[in-house]
Amino acid sequence: MAGILASIVDGLLVGAVYGLAAMGITLIWGVMNVVNLTHGALIVAGMFALYIATSALGVPPYLALPPIFVAGFLFGLLLYWIAVHRMIGRPPLMSLLSTFSVNLVLIGLGTAVWGTRLFNVAVTLPGVSWNRYTFPGTHILAAGLTALLAGLLYLFLYRTRIGKAIRAVADNREAAELVGIPTTRVLSLAFALGSALAGVSGMLIGTMFPFTVLSGDAYQLKSFVVTALGGLGNPTGALLGGIALGLIEGLATPFMPVSWTLVIEFGLFVAALILFPRGIFALRRW
Amino acid sequence: MSASGTDRAADARTILRRPFFWLIGVVIAAFLWPALNGDVELRESLLLAAVYITLASNLNIMLGYCGYINFGSIVFFGLGGYICVYLMSAHGWPLPAAALASGIAVSCLALVFGLGILRLRGAFFALSTIGVNEAVQAFVSNFEPWGGSAGIYLSTELFQPLGGPARALWIIYFLLVAVMGLSLYLSYAIKSSKFGLGLLAIGQNEDAAAVLGVPTPLFKAIAYSASAFLPAVAGGLYFFKSAFIQPSDAFDLTLSTEAIVIVMLGGQGTIAGPALGAYLYEELRGWLLTSETFANFQLVLAGALLLIIVLFAPGGLMRWIHARWPRLRNVLE
Repeated sequence: MAGILASIVDGLLVGAVYGLAAMGITLIWGVMNVVNLTHGALIVAGMFALYIATSALGVPPYLALPPIFVAGFLFGLLLYWIAVHRMIGRPPLMSLLSTFSVNLVLIGLGTAVWGTRLFNVAVTLPGVSWNRYTFPGTHILAAGLTALLAGLLYLFLYRTRIGKAIRAVADNREAAELVGIPTTRVLSLAFALGSALAGVSGMLIGTMFPFTVLSGDAYQLKSFVVTALGGLGNPTGALLGGIALGLIEGLATPFMPVSWTLVIEFGLFVAALILFPRGIFALRRW
Repeated sequence: MSASGTDRAADARTILRRPFFWLIGVVIAAFLWPALNGDVELRESLLLAAVYITLASNLNIMLGYCGYINFGSIVFFGLGGYICVYLMSAHGWPLPAAALASGIAVSCLALVFGLGILRLRGAFFALSTIGVNEAVQAFVSNFEPWGGSAGIYLSTELFQPLGGPARALWIIYFLLVAVMGLSLYLSYAIKSSKFGLGLLAIGQNEDAAAVLGVPTPLFKAIAYSASAFLPAVAGGLYFFKSAFIQPSDAFDLTLSTEAIVIVMLGGQGTIAGPALGAYLYEELRGWLLTSETFANFQLVLAGALLLIIVLFAPGGLMRWIHARWPRLRNVLE
């Protein structure tokens, strides 16, 4: 029984990080109705940025977070202007295809450079012991940093002028344009912010688990499951959805082989979309 | 209503006058060329082209007609391969029966499944197709009767009823070419039917189509199911030829990605487009694979090509051809 409880608590910690990844997706979706399929590649980029920072540059792992956030933001801006800007307002098919193709390019480049072997960033942090179980320090710190970032994002979206502009554009782009909000700039900002969140969540996942160039697809799928649970376009819901997914993973892992978790998560995704099209936690949008 | 015999004969004559049939004939004749001079190397590359055209033109039914992108179309191919190989190795079914059964089984599964996930619109559907692939792959990797992640090997004795391995490879090649021809015909038959008109209406504006009386969920599910049949048969034939199947080969996302690139390159929603796109993509790929520097960057270049098409030429080559030579519009559909 204690084993299951420990597994659940660990699931909650990891789930918070899934929530952070999903906040990036949901922000982009909510503001511009674009499903960002480069998300997985950006998560992987965060992981490898961490790897390079720690192994080649000797930076302590958690100090890499701010530069990765900034790099993710700038890269997101670039991506927006290359692949997404022309897709705004076109059928969803087109933005799916354009972000999908960018994903192919990034993953292809990554495979050419690093191959598909497993990478591991060793982070030494004391864990917290409880009974016979130890919660890894990396999981606790990752969840803590996620809470901090989520809080900052909340303050940004609800307390600053730019954040309010982002929410206004998400609500109604024409109306936002009419009251003088530079919507194109807001769209690029939201996309860049979403990309930065993807990079940072990838970095945090990299401190917890080993990864390959191809890990992105699984985490991207998890992010979409989380957004479906939390309701697309709802950052608070994304965090709750992430924690819910972590809880489910924590509950499921003691009872079944790891390779089945994706099947269950996918089943959840379809079920959530059909039964709760606006998300289980859709108390209020924005 | 053309019930009487004379009307039917008239129908047959107008069908023969459709240029499309002559084009299909020319394409198939081109594929029969290696049979005349026994060129095995050419046969292998054309076999792959036939698989590409089959996958691409069936993908086009969802992507080009309905505007629904299916990222996991490879599931049909892989699952078809598994069912066919399993029926032959474990139950001793002959190849034609096993291939046909795999087509029917996958098509039925797609119908049941389609009725569920096609309630999701646009982007949500696309996301769930990625999930379908992951889920089916995970299921197959854990399914012991199908060998789990190790896969199934076919004994070479199974080639005997077809007259030995050498002759069997030719037979499989002709069967795959036939499947390719049927795929092109299916695209044509759907596009020129009332059902196809409904699908095109869904692609234009789903709400408007529903208001005008198109039963959209049913039509989409039928299209999804129809686009599963021939890829499944092709998968059965293809993996029988390899005499080996394992999850990572059967559900290789590269192939369904390439199918998307081919459809977009040739021109979504057209019948000749996927064939043209497959030909050009094969040429490009053959050229890239022989060059040392580019061999590692195949996916990068496929992605870059797709991005350029989506950004600058969403209609693909067919739209360019139609704009350049308007008279061809009636000939090349």
